[in-house]
Amino acid sequence: MEMNSYLILLLGMGAVTYIPRWLPMFFLSGKKLPQWLIDWLDFIPVAILSALLLPALVTSGDPRQLDILQTKMMVGIPTFLFALKTRSLAGTVVVGMGLYRLAGQFMN
Amino acid sequence: MEAGKHECHALGREDMEPQINVNKQPFFFDGIRAGFPICLGYVPIGLAFGVIAQKAGLSPVEIALMSLLVFAGSSQFIAVSMISSGSEILSIVMTTFMVNLRHFLMSSSLSRFSGVKKGGFLSFFSYGITDESFAVNLAKFTQGPWDMNRALVVNQSANMVWIISTVAGGYGSRFIPEKAFGMEYALPAMFICLLVFQLRGLAYILTAAMAAIIAVTLSLLIPGNSYIVIASMIAATLGVFLKPIIMKR
Repeated sequence: MEMNSYLILLLGMGAVTYIPRWLPMFFLSGKKLPQWLIDWLDFIPVAILSALLLPALVTSGDPRQLDILQTKMMVGIPTFLFALKTRSLAGTVVVGMGLYRLAGQFMN
Repeated sequence: MEAGKHECHALGREDMEPQINVNKQPFFFDGIRAGFPICLGYVPIGLAFGVIAQKAGLSPVEIALMSLLVFAGSSQFIAVSMISSGSEILSIVMTTFMVNLRHFLMSSSLSRFSGVKKGGFLSFFSYGITDESFAVNLAKFTQGPWDMNRALVVNQSANMVWIISTVAGGYGSRFIPEKAFGMEYALPAMFICLLVFQLRGLAYILTAAMAAIIAVTLSLLIPGNSYIVIASMIAATLGVFLKPIIMKR
């Protein structure tokens, strides 16, 4: 791809990525929102984190297939319990990485 | 706005990490510390992206430009593979739009905490809203004293590490540590812990469970990542309806 069309591509990609990030922040900030919307937005984080995480842990391949017993999920369970017990973000990341490294040596 | 902000503080649980008075500390270091797990996770992914982009024929400058102008990991991977398969610009841009639409929900959710910040700051802040910075800042905002300046440091430190590691990857695969320290699990582990932080009661646990089931099911049925937005919106809506039922019991 030549430089000019590459730049056009990047400007397009940048715009369509930036606009959804910007619109709500710019227009909802400081507005008085109805209670149902506040409640809904309060549930969005937990829903989005769960929707991002679980498919990544229990599916694999392209097209995706259910693959519950993979290393990512097996390591995820003790990592989850550690997070629940300690509520330490840094600790969870270190433990998760360590377990994943360990599991990599025994599995596959 | 104030009502929403107040409510979220009230919902924060007492058994979270002990609170330090953030206002007495330089905001910069608070932000760096909070953003560190993201940075750790971005290094291997950024290096991997750089290597793949280089193989697809992009120069380090072109890689830097993409990381700067787009700053969205998964869509950058997709774009590079579409470039090497000779896709049209328009179809790459449309795909990027679909892949990154989920940030609309994250931005909406974060806007409750914007406080007194004005348009210019918010416009710059919005640039750095990613899955990872959203999740870290959201946890910080709901747990206690946190502000937009600290949140911006989280966004921009992650942005800087992303740009640097993608460019480093573009200089060659010799920078790639072969599965070093299990670093490719840094982000999943981080998301696991951030999900735990959000499980602030039965209504949230049920919402998470519904989101998980719907997301996994949809991810198996439809290609792409639209399952994230669809599952989150359905689960959050069900959560709103469930909350009063749960509160009554």
